[in-house]
Amino acid sequence: MPLIEVDGVTHAYGEGANRRVVLEDVTATLTEQRIGVIGANGSGKSTFVRLLNGLVLPSEGTVRVDGLDTRKDGRAVRRRVGFCFTDPDAQIVMPTVAEDVAFGLRRTGMTKQEVAARVASTLATYGLAGHADHPAHLLSGGQKQLLALCSVLVTEPDLLVLDEPTTLLDLRNAAAVKRVVADLPLQVLLVTHHLDLLDGFDRVLVFDEARVVYDGAPDEAVRFYQDLMASVP
Amino acid sequence: MSSLGLYLPGHSPLHRMRAGTKLLFMLLAGAGSVFLDHPWQVAAALAVVLAGYGVAGLPWRTPLRQAKPLIWILGFVAVFHVLVSGWERAFVFVGVILSLVLLAALVTLTTRTTDMIDAVVRALRPTRLLGVNPERVGLLLSLGIRSVPVVVGLAEEVRDAQRARGLTASPRAFAVPLIVRSLRHADALGDALVARGADD
Repeated sequence: MPLIEVDGVTHAYGEGANRRVVLEDVTATLTEQRIGVIGANGSGKSTFVRLLNGLVLPSEGTVRVDGLDTRKDGRAVRRRVGFCFTDPDAQIVMPTVAEDVAFGLRRTGMTKQEVAARVASTLATYGLAGHADHPAHLLSGGQKQLLALCSVLVTEPDLLVLDEPTTLLDLRNAAAVKRVVADLPLQVLLVTHHLDLLDGFDRVLVFDEARVVYDGAPDEAVRFYQDLMASVP
Repeated sequence: MSSLGLYLPGHSPLHRMRAGTKLLFMLLAGAGSVFLDHPWQVAAALAVVLAGYGVAGLPWRTPLRQAKPLIWILGFVAVFHVLVSGWERAFVFVGVILSLVLLAALVTLTTRTTDMIDAVVRALRPTRLLGVNPERVGLLLSLGIRSVPVVVGLAEEVRDAQRARGLTASPRAFAVPLIVRSLRHADALGDALVARGADD
């Protein structure tokens, strides 16, 4: 599993009177295969996971993935870290399903035939084989999220970061995404408000007001989070 | 399948033809259309384009569906030219526009977007000398095509929200949330492009 090292990270937007700290002195070393991140809206969890592939560079501190600094080796880090966003519509960049999955394989040195074979096998694995030539915008919400996952997984990352992938989905589609994630052989870091998605996870971080306020086993972390939310007036 | 004239899979000779050849033919047809001056020439051009739909094995309704969004514009042009310069000129003008639109739709319906963009990128290679990045232009084209249904979807949501709140048609109340949401989408798309290595 990749070694994720977040060391003394503080991140803020704006300056002077407008400065808003969204992460404050966060330190964590993550090596587990299944890591959950939970917390209220605006608690800093999305910013935290965006640090891991260099989408956000910390105002202070360092973030390393397998020893690669996201500030200095952003491209190499992004090749290792796949990122799946909440809204698949914002992530799908090509008009048709197969074309979007193939997008991540540009400049990999693969031939057209190799790309087509890899795309076909990925689509078949995740149940989208019959939609290869369909316009992406005509897929259902659940299929779009599966397509977004396919488009990331086809590049064979070492770590998959999922930022609230089920927030826009109904129960059936959320369950489908849960099954897909559960079967992945790679390291997964999942941000979610759907606490049942954390079944079988190894470790869960709880964020509140820009800090990690709990870091431990899923059952205890979820209880801590629920108590914390219940205590907020 | 798509109101945007996107690719319809098939194995016809038109599907198998190289994207660059089809685009070149379309370019030549566009340039050559200025020489069409008689109704019979325009009718022949229309017949050739419609025959192309047959060769591509597309349903007979497809050209009608492609032409439907143009009805009002074509109707206006036709009425104007009938009044100003007679039915023959009207037929030539409307027929040429219709032929070219149907031809462009036929090319997009029988060509994968990636193949078309690859052809454009290849054609733009010489412009590297002028500092143009052809891959960037190709990506821009893909994103443009992909963004049309997204923005249409956002516009429908904004309009539904307006109706739900009992607001009458107000251009400002429609434009402001649509622009804000489009900009937010563009921002998120930018993040996704970086995350997916578009900049690498």
